[in-house]
Amino acid sequence: MNEEKSFRDQVNTIYNLLMVLFTLFVLAGGGIIYYANNPNMLNFNNKSETLVNVPVEDDSDLIENGIHKRTGLIDAEGLMTVVNNCTNCHSAKLVTQNRMSEERWIATIKWMQETQNLWDLGKNQEIIVNYLVTNYPPKAKGRRMSLTNIEWYELED
Amino acid sequence: MLSSIAALIGTKIVFGSNMLEGYVPLGLQDPDPFKLFNKHKDMIVLNDKPWNIEAQAHLLDDKVTPNSCMFIRNNGLVPENIDPKSWTLTIDGESVRTKKTYTLAELKSKFEEYTYQLTIECGGNGRAEFDPPAKGNQWTVGAVHCASWTGVRLRDVLNDAGIKDNAVYIGFHAVDQHLSRDPNKEAISRGCPMSKALQDETLLAYKMNGEDIPLVHGYPLRLVAGGWPASVSGKWVNRISIRNKVHDGAKMTGTAYRIPCETVAPGEKVKDEDMCIIESMPVKSLITYPKTGAVLKQGKSLEIRGHAWAGELEVTKMEYSIDFGSTWNDCVVEKPVNRLAWQHFSAQVDFPKKGYYEVWARATDSNNKSQPMLLPGWNPKGYLNNACHRIAVKVK
Repeated sequence: MNEEKSFRDQVNTIYNLLMVLFTLFVLAGGGIIYYANNPNMLNFNNKSETLVNVPVEDDSDLIENGIHKRTGLIDAEGLMTVVNNCTNCHSAKLVTQNRMSEERWIATIKWMQETQNLWDLGKNQEIIVNYLVTNYPPKAKGRRMSLTNIEWYELED
Repeated sequence: MLSSIAALIGTKIVFGSNMLEGYVPLGLQDPDPFKLFNKHKDMIVLNDKPWNIEAQAHLLDDKVTPNSCMFIRNNGLVPENIDPKSWTLTIDGESVRTKKTYTLAELKSKFEEYTYQLTIECGGNGRAEFDPPAKGNQWTVGAVHCASWTGVRLRDVLNDAGIKDNAVYIGFHAVDQHLSRDPNKEAISRGCPMSKALQDETLLAYKMNGEDIPLVHGYPLRLVAGGWPASVSGKWVNRISIRNKVHDGAKMTGTAYRIPCETVAPGEKVKDEDMCIIESMPVKSLITYPKTGAVLKQGKSLEIRGHAWAGELEVTKMEYSIDFGSTWNDCVVEKPVNRLAWQHFSAQVDFPKKGYYEVWARATDSNNKSQPMLLPGWNPKGYLNNACHRIAVKVK
């Protein structure tokens, strides 16, 4: 009899344990599905629809020889404002290739706002324009430049 | 292949069975554009979002440009999941008689196939030289190619749907996404007047150099209009509208692919309404051999060669100069293999003594217009720089 009782006790223990595990499993599963559909549910303090500046990891903002390595932009005042506002749709290479006067950088920003979905830059506009004009001003090229950076090589035949 | 990608991203790829063999989804692509697009290692990446890559003169030496040396110009994002089996082309617009939709298979079976070698040059090729500088990708010399394109004539397809008498222009629509990913915006939707649309050589192409068009060059269907700014040759085309007015899609209006109707001084402001659409490209040439920087021994003559093209026209004369234009010597210039294909030139150049030289090349078109040695008319967006190409040579 004793043996049978202890067997029943063991079965009950296992049964209870399994029930607890099963309940936890169902709860966790439900939670995951709910979270997947409502990814913001844990952001208790954030107002919905607020743009959050995601902090950029330190090593991705490495500066080498005065150049912001990730984007190729010149490291100067306003760099991160430019990175955060001007490299979302297009690459920074479109910035670094170009050289313009203040008037034409502003006209370019205006064109992007009117036709390319660029947002209102607010107070950042001045910071961005100053950065661009200071670091990417036009260079005089004249009517035809000399050939430069020629890699000389012996022509054999 | 599919299963290893699936394993890597931990999920199944929807429609994965439709993916091309060997195709790697863009999201997983190696950021190395040379591998991504099968490009020559000496190609120059101007922009990586959107992708814009140009050749250098010496890479364009082939008579028919191979994919590896063809420039890439994108206004938007390269499309990802393309299924040729379900791809369709719709002909619509105010001036179509009957709106019609064709599958690729229908296009291929219903219409006769043609192959042409076509010169396609970016309107902004050479922009980097303008002063004051012009906004945009700073192309130097390498935004031109002349590949062989196979497809059906746009004219045959338009006629099958029917063209009303009031038709003025065609405009293409394509599947590439706008950079902002705004689904209501098209990355580019340009076109051409009916006269260009109806030319023999204007194709809806499904093959390039005898093979499926590479994805980045417009797979599975590309409009090709040789001799006009490359932006007319729409990639990933799925709809063509026959318009009763000049097409007004993205990059048709404002200052895009337009130059001042009347010439202006460098840096002058031009109102949008005073800008005119670029049509045929101007006469131009490129020395593709030798590569700039050749050092030769005194007394040796140098063989130079390259290509020349003139938009809708033909090149009738090709010259070179080794004394900065004081004297010009004729090159041999071949006839084009077909209309709108570039022409090959060559010459034997002798240098009188040791020193630094520049070999300049100058083409003249059938209207007797030649390439300028200096920059041609300045324009706000830096289009149509057809100034002479030159290479540096040293004789020692």
